[in-house]
Amino acid sequence: MSVLEVRNLQTHFFTDAGVVKAVDGVDFALNEGEVLGLVGESGSGKSVTGFSILRLVDPPGRVVGGQILFRGQDLAQLPASEMRRLRGNKIAMIFQDPMMTLNPVLRIDTQMIEAVRAHDKVSAKAARDRAISALSKVGIPSPAERLDAYPHQFSGGMRQRVAIAIALLNGPDLIVADEPTTALDVTIQSQILAEVQDLARDTGTALIWITHDLAVVAGLADRVAVMYAGRIVETGQTDDVLTTPGHPYSVGLLGSIPGHGQRGERLTQIPGMAPNMAHLPPGCAFAPRCFNADERCRTDAPGIEDMERVRQLRCHHPLTKAGGTP
Amino acid sequence: MTEMPTPIPLRDRTVDALPWLVTAAMTLATFALAFGPDWSSLPARVLMLIGFVAISAHLLRGRGRQFFNGPVAYVAAGSLLLLVVLALFANEIAPQNPYDLRQLDIMDGRLPPGSTTFDGAMTYHLGTDEQGRDILSGILYGLRVSLSVAIIATLVAMAIGVVVGIYAAWAGGRVETILMRLVDLQLSFPSILVALMLMAAFGRGLDKVVIALIIVQWAYYARTVRGTALSEARKEYIDAARGLGLPVRRIIFRHLLPNCIPPLLVISTVQIANTIVLESSLSFLGVGVPITRPSLGLLIANGYDYMLSGQYWMSMYPGVALLAIVASINLVGDRLRDTLNPRLRK
Amino acid sequence: MLVYLLRRIAQSIFVALAMMVIVFFGIYMIGNPVDILISPDATPREIEETMARFGFDQPIYIQFLTFVGNALQGDLGRSFVHGESAVTLILHYMPATLELAALGLIFSVLIGIPLGVYAGYKADRWQGRAIMTGSIFGFSLPNFWVGMLLILIFAVELRWLPSTGRGDTVDVFGIRLSIFSENGLQYMILPALTLALYKASLVTRLARAGTQEALVQDYVKFARAKGVSETRILFVHVLKNIMIPILTVLGLELGSMIAFAVVTETVFAWPGMGKLLIDSILTLDRPVIVAYLMMTVLIFIVINLVVDIVYTILDPRVRVTGGAG
Repeated sequence: MSVLEVRNLQTHFFTDAGVVKAVDGVDFALNEGEVLGLVGESGSGKSVTGFSILRLVDPPGRVVGGQILFRGQDLAQLPASEMRRLRGNKIAMIFQDPMMTLNPVLRIDTQMIEAVRAHDKVSAKAARDRAISALSKVGIPSPAERLDAYPHQFSGGMRQRVAIAIALLNGPDLIVADEPTTALDVTIQSQILAEVQDLARDTGTALIWITHDLAVVAGLADRVAVMYAGRIVETGQTDDVLTTPGHPYSVGLLGSIPGHGQRGERLTQIPGMAPNMAHLPPGCAFAPRCFNADERCRTDAPGIEDMERVRQLRCHHPLTKAGGTP
Repeated sequence: MTEMPTPIPLRDRTVDALPWLVTAAMTLATFALAFGPDWSSLPARVLMLIGFVAISAHLLRGRGRQFFNGPVAYVAAGSLLLLVVLALFANEIAPQNPYDLRQLDIMDGRLPPGSTTFDGAMTYHLGTDEQGRDILSGILYGLRVSLSVAIIATLVAMAIGVVVGIYAAWAGGRVETILMRLVDLQLSFPSILVALMLMAAFGRGLDKVVIALIIVQWAYYARTVRGTALSEARKEYIDAARGLGLPVRRIIFRHLLPNCIPPLLVISTVQIANTIVLESSLSFLGVGVPITRPSLGLLIANGYDYMLSGQYWMSMYPGVALLAIVASINLVGDRLRDTLNPRLRK
Repeated sequence: MLVYLLRRIAQSIFVALAMMVIVFFGIYMIGNPVDILISPDATPREIEETMARFGFDQPIYIQFLTFVGNALQGDLGRSFVHGESAVTLILHYMPATLELAALGLIFSVLIGIPLGVYAGYKADRWQGRAIMTGSIFGFSLPNFWVGMLLILIFAVELRWLPSTGRGDTVDVFGIRLSIFSENGLQYMILPALTLALYKASLVTRLARAGTQEALVQDYVKFARAKGVSETRILFVHVLKNIMIPILTVLGLELGSMIAFAVVTETVFAWPGMGKLLIDSILTLDRPVIVAYLMMTVLIFIVINLVVDIVYTILDPRVRVTGGAG
């Protein structure tokens, strides 16, 4: 059964320079315990998608259309007070920069206990015990003492572990992780990845892992969705997408990972820059940067097409043939 | 093909001499009129009103819509204009000349609002004070004293501050350090305390109040101007002017100075309101303007003794006038800051 | 840290000395104190005797050195009017002013913080704008005007609170204080509110700016993602962050509060050192004026030092660099 089903999600930003359609018709579903990697460049709308699910888009942004069905209940229509009761309880989120997400002037125990007590009317002592067990789960040594510390007394990696522990506190059904390892050192990044993978498997929590790095997704996600200019351009099983990418943009993303190609070969780059979201081209948004684009790409936007093995593509000239094997 | 170097503009703002000339003329006129006999020259006062409107219009040219963004802005600007007109033309509007003792009748002392003279020839709309002076007339003349003292003190302090600030920024080194330490020292004490001390030393008097208010304020402008001048001096157009071998005097007066003044305008608007408050506080405490030329603060102080016995009008109405002038200047200043400050504009 | 502290203390001593010079030459050299001390019809011999008794016949630098020497021993002369030591006189009146300023500071925080935080939360709505316009009025209203209005409303019309004077006091370690007696507190409310209004507007503006800045921070968004209520976010997460700068500013403003008490005390006939100062100015009682000034300078210097030190203690981030973490 699917935990989350997002249908035609549209989140727009109403700026002075015009309406920016940061998320423009995103669909995907997520089963219990499944890990979805949401991949794209900065500005592709992947983070806004994550924030939209928790209804945490800052003004001037607003979810203007679509459904966000969490266990069949449409979050987009939920009153603010009920949404608050879901956040941090059934749906948790981990942010990108661990240096910014913890309040610098509040002790860790305050920030963890309030997360428990916002949802469960338990005693401060019980909440504290739950905080200690969550901290030890994410691998923080002597958690009982560390609870009395302030965030600045932790390193970046440790702070992100605390943030993950906070997300786990109430045993959520879904965690949205917005590039949680991007700001960390590579060694710590892989440790945290491994831990999160174990935790998700043990608890059966579904996970949306937002990243710009396909290499991160490779070892972690069951399925991948590649976003470009506010839309999902390709989804499928992680192995399928990584080995036989169907969209030229996915190919470009894969080409820029070191170690994927041959030794000594130059890393390929996607030519051009991420599009100006306030003025998207009329046809396929990727057409100006695509090696394979023709006249049709520049005038009509391609629709989403089903391929074999739960694969979907949004391209006039897919590199894998519909229905066939590559 | 070789690229043409873009010419560096000698000034980064078009400088208009007109508003500064008008400001200077108005200062002199205010000065002459405030200390001269009874502000009798009507043409001079009409000219001042025109000058006031001209400066306001010049400041807001092209930005009217931004300034008038809501009802508060209209009310504030409207009441400010009204109060300035009332102060300027008090001679013509006031039913009585409160400075002319022959017009006062001690028998009419402390009459409540709406009373009439014995012969019924004149109505005291806002009542009378203990000497039988019409409160309304007292307010109109007091408004003029409050406004002119504040405007003169603010403009002169601004001039001194500009000179010191630019000199400090231009001279640098030890001169700058000493001047700015002095500024810091003075600004670390509340203005009311400094002003009180000065008045304690000087004794009360119209000219002494003005001098005290100038001394209290100059440091504030000096600090602001030095800041602006330092950041302006780093910009390309000053380097360009220096590179052209222009004389220092010309660079300062034609290039540096005009660019330092716009931020000061906003500050000085609000500062006029602060000065009115400070002067009225001094006068209320009995160390400000002389009894012969009561400002709003002194009128309030005079009536204060009677307030507890229920004869509220002697203090209350001058108080309302004081609130109106100070609040409207502050509200206009707040709008000006939002409208003119390029950093805040998006 | 220690070096910083020593440098701050050295700076303070310099300021105190500079003020001593300014005060001496400013107050003592303008006008002739003999005119006040002696009746106009005194004989030239009497005048000479008085001049010699007060040392006014000495050259200026000798007078100055005598002044500094006496000041360092805590002697700033005798009041011409009261005949008492000026320092003793000031110390006698000081507690009334300090407790008034303290209550005023408390009021300004209690009024300013909730208004400012709410205005920051509703910055683009009419509520936020209304509070900001209101704070302009708070800045505009002259101190004595507010006091007058409060007396008119609460003492004359409604008769809820006493109008002027001090009321009962309680002796605390030999100091007479009103704040601990119910009757005394009633007398304090109106003057303290008057004194608080300007600072409350300042706190409102600071709190609003701080709240606006804090609300866009990630930690607020993260707190929302935890499901924490908006009230708790505002009054725990945001408030704790903006309190430190606000308290710093307020600490520094305590000095100006004492200075502004001059006006408030006159309006409410509150027997503090501000009222003493005004009376002394009106009677040209120079030693008391000088003593008031020097004591105020001292209070200012101490406040600045204490605020600096407290600031380093309050902020956990600064504390760690001090080596206490």
